[in-house]
Amino acid sequence: MDNYTIDNFHTFSAWFDNLLNNCMPSWLATTVECVLVGVGLLLVYSVLALFYILYERKICAYFQCRLGPNRVGPWGLLQSVADMFKILIKELISLNHIDKFLFALAPYLVIIASMLAFAVLPWGNGLQIIDFNIGIFFLIACSSIGVLGILLAGWSSNNKFTLIGALRSGAQMVSYELSVGLSILTMVAFAGTMDVVKIVEAQADHWFIFSAHIPAVIAFIIYMIAGTAETNRGPFDLPEAESELTAGYHTEYSGIHFGFFYLAEYLNLFIVASVATLMFFGGWMPFRVAGWDGFNEIMGYIPSVVWFLLKAFVLSFVIIWFKWTYPRLRIDQLLALEWKYLLPINLFNLALMVVVIWQGWYFGTF
Amino acid sequence: MISLGIFGIDSAVLAIVALLTGAGLVALAMWLAGLISPRSFNPQKGEAYECGIPTRGVTMTRFNVGYYLFAILFLMFDVETVFLFPWAVCLRGLGGAGVACVAVFFAILVLGLVYAWRKGALEWK
Repeated sequence: MDNYTIDNFHTFSAWFDNLLNNCMPSWLATTVECVLVGVGLLLVYSVLALFYILYERKICAYFQCRLGPNRVGPWGLLQSVADMFKILIKELISLNHIDKFLFALAPYLVIIASMLAFAVLPWGNGLQIIDFNIGIFFLIACSSIGVLGILLAGWSSNNKFTLIGALRSGAQMVSYELSVGLSILTMVAFAGTMDVVKIVEAQADHWFIFSAHIPAVIAFIIYMIAGTAETNRGPFDLPEAESELTAGYHTEYSGIHFGFFYLAEYLNLFIVASVATLMFFGGWMPFRVAGWDGFNEIMGYIPSVVWFLLKAFVLSFVIIWFKWTYPRLRIDQLLALEWKYLLPINLFNLALMVVVIWQGWYFGTF
Repeated sequence: MISLGIFGIDSAVLAIVALLTGAGLVALAMWLAGLISPRSFNPQKGEAYECGIPTRGVTMTRFNVGYYLFAILFLMFDVETVFLFPWAVCLRGLGGAGVACVAVFFAILVLGLVYAWRKGALEWK
């Protein structure tokens, strides 16, 4: 729509659509576009997962005064590519006594859930694949399908450790989903829309974390804690606490079959960070100050995709940082944190947000 | 109402494309791994991987009821969140009456949480 940044994918996609429609019938053009979207999603999904694996390993290494992967490629850049090939040539062990159908189904659910959530994210100015008017709600709904996959994986493996891991994971993920939902609800109440594109454009002059100040900051903190718990990352990684449960719900999976859970875990980290970016830090919107036209123009020279990825990477860094700062929680502490602290604070915060909106104590116009 | 996504395609179609892409990724990688991964047979390999000694008893058995309690509590609050989303979208247009109506709904909900808390449903046993 407007020229917030120099890259504008609205013009590009309209031009491309025209180009295809001029040289082939419209049904074929739509099919070609759908295939291109699918291939693009697949590529970005895998490349981002590989990047995230390296990103986390490097950060973990620096936190522990190590160097991390540094042999394969310059600065270890090709390490995760090498790992991907290695995991592909590992044997897929066929097990006795498992529920074969559910065992095979579980990775599909986990990957599809993260792929659908991935496709809703606003990548840049006009670079938005799925654009529902209930976008953010659709995203929450899709990402919660992932819990089913994890429960099925643990249940169908016919192993006591995977069962305990899956149940812990299920209890944890559904509990923390409440906090994710409620803190997003708080911001939806402020934005007055669930459309992802409109949420980003409403933050053109002030990101929500500035314009909705105190309730937004509380919602952001709760979202980050709950998001970390929802992705089963440390300090909430007790579903796969290796000292107690071998490897949790994916103990029995081997080779690339295990790789899917690994992939989805990293992608979920990215999705949590990008939803935080979207709801609190303006999505792909550059840092703009109302009235400072020259400044805004300079900020607009940085492409929107770069803004989006940069913010998402910084927030992912914070989530990885949690892991190396806090010790792992026990299951009773974990549930008490959600139900006795985060949920009441969240309900209070929603009421606070309503008061702020009602009294007009915020910046910007809606 | 049709919401258009990238290239002016219906978003529902794009959602199905994303779903098929996810399924395709898993199917493709499994097929590739099936082609190039080695296969060897050993009766021990099919056993459950626990801690070295053979597993005992039935696995798909009863487990702690506490998980169910939290699942039920989750259901209650999640449905409530779903009800609040439409209200949140048009909060500004509804004015005082909208806030008052939802305040009653909200109060009943908080009472529910307080009840569960006092009954000890939030304690992990």
